[in-house]
Amino acid sequence: MSRAPEHAPTFTRPPLARRLEPWLPVLLIPALMLAGLVLIPQGSSWLTLTVSGLAMGMMIFTIASGMTLVFGLMDVINFGHGAFISFGAFVGATVLLALPGMAGAADMPANVAAVALAIAAAMAAAGGLGLGFERWIVRPVYGSHLKQILVTMGGLIVAEQLIHVIWGGEQIAVPRPETLKGAVTFAGAALEKYRLLAVAIGLVLFLGMRWLLRATRLGLIVRAGVENPEMVQALGYRIRRVFVLVFVAGSALAGLGGVMWALYQEVITAGMGNQIMVLVFIVVIIGGLGSVEGCFIGALLVGLLQNYVAFLEPKAALVSNIALMVAVLMWRPQGMIPVVKAK
Amino acid sequence: MSEPILTLRSVATDIGRYHILHDVSFSVPRGEVTMLLGRNGAGKTTTLRTIMGLWRARTGQVLFADEDIAALPTAEISRRGIAYVPEDMGIFSDLTVGENLRLAAISGPMDKARLAWITAAFPPLKTFWDSAAGTLSGGQKQMLSVARAMIEERRLYLIDEPSKGLAPAIVTTLARALKDLKRAGATILLVEQNFALSRALGDGAVVMEDGRTVWSGRMADLAADAALQGRLLGMEGAA
Repeated sequence: MSRAPEHAPTFTRPPLARRLEPWLPVLLIPALMLAGLVLIPQGSSWLTLTVSGLAMGMMIFTIASGMTLVFGLMDVINFGHGAFISFGAFVGATVLLALPGMAGAADMPANVAAVALAIAAAMAAAGGLGLGFERWIVRPVYGSHLKQILVTMGGLIVAEQLIHVIWGGEQIAVPRPETLKGAVTFAGAALEKYRLLAVAIGLVLFLGMRWLLRATRLGLIVRAGVENPEMVQALGYRIRRVFVLVFVAGSALAGLGGVMWALYQEVITAGMGNQIMVLVFIVVIIGGLGSVEGCFIGALLVGLLQNYVAFLEPKAALVSNIALMVAVLMWRPQGMIPVVKAK
Repeated sequence: MSEPILTLRSVATDIGRYHILHDVSFSVPRGEVTMLLGRNGAGKTTTLRTIMGLWRARTGQVLFADEDIAALPTAEISRRGIAYVPEDMGIFSDLTVGENLRLAAISGPMDKARLAWITAAFPPLKTFWDSAAGTLSGGQKQMLSVARAMIEERRLYLIDEPSKGLAPAIVTTLARALKDLKRAGATILLVEQNFALSRALGDGAVVMEDGRTVWSGRMADLAADAALQGRLLGMEGAA
C-alpha cells in the first residue's frame, strides 16, 4: 500500500488537570477515608469502621458488578436481580448447614473447603436461575423498560415465594465456620476475620474482572457491546450469546454475593435480596451504567460512608447513601465513570 | 464487467411505520468499486444497513455469492465476508485504537504484514495506538473505522460516506487507501456524496431516489454526461 501524505496529527496532549479528570472518582475513596480519620476521634475505631466499610463495599460490588454489565450491555433493568442474591444465599446456607463437620471444626482447610463448596453451589444455582430468568422472563421484553420493570418485579416475587415453598417462611441462622469467627487485633483495632476475607474476595474479583475485560477477547466484546452492540454484530460476533453469558455470570456473582452477605449477617430471609437491591441500584447509578470500575468505586464509597455515618450520627445513616447519590449525580449526571449514556 | 458478488432484487425496507426502500435492484460486480449515489434521504444508508441485516427487508432478495442473506442475523452476514463502515463510523470510544483493530480481526491475531500496510496508509493510528479511540480527531476516527474494515481480507466492503465532514488532507489519505484496496482486487460498494472522489474511485454507479434505484451503469458514462448528473443528482452547473 502506498504511504499516506504526511500531515501533522491534530491530537495534542491535554493539560494536566484534564488528564487527571478521569481519576477524580478514584480520589474520592482516600478523600472519604481521610475525612473519616479527621472526624472519628479514635484511630482504632476509624480502622475498624474502615475495614467494615470496605468489606460491605466489596460485597455490594460483588452483587452489583454483574448488574451494571447487564444494564450496560443489554439495556435491561432487572429488578429481579435480588432473587439471585436470596437464592444464592439459601443454596449456600443449605450446603454449609449440611456440612457441620467441615464448617464447625476449628480447622482452617476444612472451613475454607466448606465455604468454597457453598460458594460454588450458590453460584451454580443462581447462574442456572439467571439462565431461566433471561430465557423466559427477560428475553420477551428486550427493548421495553416499562415491561422489564413490571416483569422482573413479578419474577422477583415468584422467586421469593419459591424460596418460601422450598425453605419455609422463617429466617435461617447461618453460623460462620469456626476459623472465620472472631477478630484479629491490629494497631489496637479489632478487625473481624470474616470482613478481612470479604475484602480479599472482593479485591480478587475486581482484579479478575478487570483482567477479563481488559486482556481477553471476550472482555473486548463485552466492553464494545456495552457501547455499541449493533457494531459488534456487524463485526461478526453473535452478541446474543454474549448477552446470555453476561446475564448468567451476573446472576452467579449475585449468588456469590448472597453467600457472602449471609455469612456477614449470619441470618437469611427470602426478602434479603430485595433489601440489598436499594444499595445495589445506588451503586450502579453513581458508578455509571455499564462501568465495572465505577461500580467498584461506588460500592466502596457506599460501604465506607454508611459505616462512618452510622458511627458518627446513627440517625443520618439511613439517608447517607441517598445524599451521596444526589451529590454524585449533581457533579456527574451520568455517574462517575459512565460507559453508556442513560436513555 | 465481471459476475456479480452481490445482487439486490426488488428490495423494500420499512423503518417503523415508514416505507424507506420501495424497489431497490442492482448488482455489485466482483473486483469492482460500485458507487451508490443519490441525494440526501434517497435511501443509500438504509440500503447498506439492509444488506448488513441491521434493518430487515420486508420483501425482495439480497443475494450474496448466490445465497439469499436477507433473513440471516447480522453476525452471520458479516461472517460470510462482508465488512461494514457505517456513516457514524461506529468506533468504540472506550477501547484503544489497538483494541478496536484487534476486535475487528475476528479470525484470530492480526496479520502483521496487513497491519503494517494499514498503518503505513494511516500513520496516526500507529502514533495513537494505545490511546482511547474516543480521544481521536474526526478524521482519525474515520481512518480507524476504515482500517477496522480492512484489517482482514473480506469479499465485500460496504463503506458509507467516508469523506463526510473531513478536511481535504484526510480525504486524500482515505482516497489513497481506498484506491490501494481497489488495486488489491477488493469489491467495494461505496456511498459517497463527493462526486470528484466517486469519479476517481468508481467503476460502476447506482443512483437512488426516494427509496428506488433510478439508474445504474458505468461511472465513466455518468461522469461524462453532465445532463445526466444534473437530472439524477441535482448537481448545480452539471446540466
